Amino acid sequence: MRRVVVTGLGMVSPLGGDVETTWKNIIASKSGAATIARFDATDYKCRIACEVKPADHEYGYDASIDVDHKIQRQVDPFIVYGISAASQALRDAGLDNMSEEERLRAGCSIGSGIGGLPGIESESLVLANKGPNRVSPHFVHGRLINLISGQVSIKYGLMGPNHAVVTACSTGAHSIGDAARMIAMDDADVMLAGGAESAICPIGIAGFAQARALSTGFNDTPEKASRPYDVNRDGFVMGEGAGVVVLEEYEHAKKRGAKIYAEVIGYGLTGDAYHVTAPHPEGNGGFRSMQMALKRSGLALEDIDYVNAHGTSTPLGDELELGAVKRLFGDHLGSMSMSSTKSAIGHLLGGAGAVESIFCILAMRDQIVPPTLNLDEPSESCKGVDLVPHVAKERKVRAVLNNSFGFGGTNASLIMKAI
Amino acid sequence: MSETADRVKKIVVEHLGVEAEKVTEDASFIDDLGADSLDIVELVMAFEEEFGVEIPDDAAEKIATVKDAIDYIDSKA
Repeated sequence: MRRVVVTGLGMVSPLGGDVETTWKNIIASKSGAATIARFDATDYKCRIACEVKPADHEYGYDASIDVDHKIQRQVDPFIVYGISAASQALRDAGLDNMSEEERLRAGCSIGSGIGGLPGIESESLVLANKGPNRVSPHFVHGRLINLISGQVSIKYGLMGPNHAVVTACSTGAHSIGDAARMIAMDDADVMLAGGAESAICPIGIAGFAQARALSTGFNDTPEKASRPYDVNRDGFVMGEGAGVVVLEEYEHAKKRGAKIYAEVIGYGLTGDAYHVTAPHPEGNGGFRSMQMALKRSGLALEDIDYVNAHGTSTPLGDELELGAVKRLFGDHLGSMSMSSTKSAIGHLLGGAGAVESIFCILAMRDQIVPPTLNLDEPSESCKGVDLVPHVAKERKVRAVLNNSFGFGGTNASLIMKAI
Repeated sequence: MSETADRVKKIVVEHLGVEAEKVTEDASFIDDLGADSLDIVELVMAFEEEFGVEIPDDAAEKIATVKDAIDYIDSKA
């Protein structure tokens, strides 16, 4: 099989409009959570979120750098974030100006968990209040999940595979894993892979709150709300943004002298076959997903130094993932560190696995692991696991494991190593 | 410049994200201002809202330039 490496990174997050700003803030233990600014959430059970900040903010995001004004008006924010992250990643890889021959072998696999929920909500109101002839002609293609891949392929002329994964909160990780396989199987030499989300809108917050998934007990202290593994955790904090990586066939990258961040060496994907929102009570799906990725990677457990956990800060999910990780690592638990960066940027849903894979890569680059914020009182089961409470930790990081689990009982695990 | 022309041009600038100087009366939405057929549908909707007029599809299809839009709206005023 052809080897697949990561040669470019791009990101839009609640802690920055690019990779380096976000990473600096993550390592500095900053939180992107605040009272929802986009709409008046006074009457909502959950009134907080990790929103992407406006351009004039200290670590804000400027859409106009990479997205035309007209497109910004016509499409939902998740697509705008996705185009920005993809553009950054291509530039980082030095591939934003490929020849036609190269572009025939370059594709996109950038997905989303939900897609254009804010636009579906607002255009439904237009339909109800003003009638069918006032619905935007851009309504459909401005909301579709595969339209990040569509828009990016048009912007950069990428004529290879054009794909989009939809697996709820596993989307970002599945996108990278699937795209790596497309390169391994010789369908393409270069793939933009990742995920994006922007569902912080009235129906999105109301819906997740009604599903009892969101934190509702920290509305007055938003930065304390996302607290994976802490005994007082009470649900996740909604985030938004996008993460996109450039995946490239190893020889192709080497030949052009590209900067190589990491190699994608393991990918596992399983189904819980249990419940639409609750994880399997023994965490079996997640366990088998990690196990599959490990087998594919050819690594031993002691080679993995860092796990970026799914760790959403829900009472049930954190405990079950922790149990599965402990079962998998067994005697080697003590030599690795595991943290949840959702404590800082919230849960990016379809973007989570991609953004967190980038954090894993940067942990290897900088030999530092990001912290789990707000872990004031770890639950009993945390004993023996280094969950990197409160502050980042410098340590050796040779290989990393990233977990993402989603509604529907869908699980994905990725293993990458430095080369 | 008529008041209608000012308001039409403002809508075009906002919807198509083009510079105001480019929106001359002779400018073609598709050839000069980078619009596609769906952008024109959206522009026509915006004109209808702004001026409180109804622009039926067969009339909308004949609106190719900024001047066409201004003239049609003025004819209905």
